[in-house]
Amino acid sequence: MIAFLKRSEGLWLFSRSPAVILATITTIAILIGAVFAPWIAPVNPYDLASFSLFDGLLPPLWEDGGRPQFLLGTDDQGRDMISSILYGARLSLLIGIAAMAIATVLGVSLGLAAGYYGGRFDAIVMRIADVQLALPAILTALLIDGIARGLLPADVQQELRVWVLTLAIALSLWVNFARTARASTLVQMNKDYVQAAIMMGQRPIRVMFVHIFPNILGPLLVIMTVDLASAILLEATLSFLGIGLPADSPSLGTLIRIGMQFLLSGEWWILWIPTLFLVALVVSINVLGDFLRDVFNPRLR
Amino acid sequence: MVYFILKRLVQSVFVMLAVAFLAFSLFRFVGDPITQMTGVETSVEDQERLREELGLNDPFVAQFARFTSNMLQGDFGFSYRTRQPVAEMIADRIPATLELGIVALLISLIVGIPAGVYTALRPRGAVTQTLLMTTLIGVSVPTFVIGIMLIFLFGVQLRWLPTFGRGGTVELGGWETSFLTVDGWRALILPAITLGVYQLTLTMRLVRAEMMEVMRSDYIRFATARGVPMQRLYYKHALANTMVPVITIIGLQFGGVIAFSIVTESVFQWPGMGLLFLESIRFVDIPVMGVYLVVIAFFFVIVNMIVDLLYVAIDPRLRVKEAT
Repeated sequence: MIAFLKRSEGLWLFSRSPAVILATITTIAILIGAVFAPWIAPVNPYDLASFSLFDGLLPPLWEDGGRPQFLLGTDDQGRDMISSILYGARLSLLIGIAAMAIATVLGVSLGLAAGYYGGRFDAIVMRIADVQLALPAILTALLIDGIARGLLPADVQQELRVWVLTLAIALSLWVNFARTARASTLVQMNKDYVQAAIMMGQRPIRVMFVHIFPNILGPLLVIMTVDLASAILLEATLSFLGIGLPADSPSLGTLIRIGMQFLLSGEWWILWIPTLFLVALVVSINVLGDFLRDVFNPRLR
Repeated sequence: MVYFILKRLVQSVFVMLAVAFLAFSLFRFVGDPITQMTGVETSVEDQERLREELGLNDPFVAQFARFTSNMLQGDFGFSYRTRQPVAEMIADRIPATLELGIVALLISLIVGIPAGVYTALRPRGAVTQTLLMTTLIGVSVPTFVIGIMLIFLFGVQLRWLPTFGRGGTVELGGWETSFLTVDGWRALILPAITLGVYQLTLTMRLVRAEMMEVMRSDYIRFATARGVPMQRLYYKHALANTMVPVITIIGLQFGGVIAFSIVTESVFQWPGMGLLFLESIRFVDIPVMGVYLVVIAFFFVIVNMIVDLLYVAIDPRLRVKEAT
């Protein structure tokens, strides 16, 4: 990110687009809020002693009956909405980033190796990728989650919920990385520097990760932002469906699911404020992804 | 042509076998079927007898062969949760999901194709910029949020449309349809839009990209130079050549529509296969999960075969290639 911003062209494009600047600010603001949630948030939403039922269903400050200590109101349990959202965004981002990281490592390793070795290994990896591409990510993630539920005993499952969810999302997103890494590797394989490195007798691992990898980083960076948005969306969708995180450690998706119960009763803030947060986060990341793609691929401009 | 169809048929059979194998592995290895079927009181001897009766001690290949042949005869086993035959449970839900999916796909095509053509022909116009910005949001806003927004606006605020269930349905030779009642159509509108929006953005972006590509090609330039009227040029010469990729995405989108119908059905409590699948995941009802996969794969294979045949019908060049 910093490396390309130093190139004047990227910086110039950046300064010309208000949407991209706004998206950057939004992303960074939510990121800071999520990372420092334990210090910023007024109360700890996981700590049952820190809130009371008597404060339940208070509206945001600017509506009638709002109280200064609950800036965005409270839910039916009396939890402060800001605190829930900050902790929720923390979980959403944590799972999203972890899933994206696992998908990147898995996909890039397989893609690099497939492009480098070719032959039967390449064929097998790409066949699996093709099959998975036909299945939409949400179906894959649901299926992996269902299998995990069947395999793990109930008590272990509660503890590992976050990890099962992360792994399910990661395993449904690796294909993009593998295909891009393989395609870029195939291009690099014909370059002289790679051939020279191979002829010097360097080990394949070294050629792949020290020589080829830095040169295919550009397109991968674009996919990473786009897939981070997908991962956050997937997590939110699964949690909304009641398959993801439970209500006692809510992510943004769980908060929206809880808020759905208040759709008809007029407590709009319980539903719409987490929704607004989620949409702002995902739209911002997608705008950044589009911007990065334009920077790395001047033909699209 | 006959050879081409045969080749596709053989491929399809292999895809179905692979999916059946996945469903079988789910059933066989995720959890023990016997503990799922029997209660706590069942003695170990009874469990072992049941295991022998069901043939779960037979060799793996024999078990898979029996599983597949049972499926071919319409015997999909029993649900762990409701103890009903899975075949009945799924068959009851198929019409709801298919009707929802078809209407969503139609919305995506009827709105998406003209919008794609328009944005390609006027790339700098204000309407185009607005549409493109909207599609970016359409991709970023999750399906369930779109559903909630529609429910809030048309169901809660304006009170125009129902927000859950299928409304009135009519039984038509075993097929429960909501196409024949006003009530059914009213219930269908919001879920179908929710499901269609994401596909619509994809259709629009693809048609736009294809159209721009075609407009740059030599034969279009030649036709312009020859003085072919612009309208005829756009809609006859250019659009016809974007149809091949558009048909491809209908095949691909069908998978997306079915998968995202899980989300839409959950938001609108639409009694389709997706809702059943979600319940089966929540209760680890492995047989229903497996059969859902097989049924989805079957639809997918059928749609893609029709798409392949349509190619040949639409693009004469493919016919020549097959002949040589």
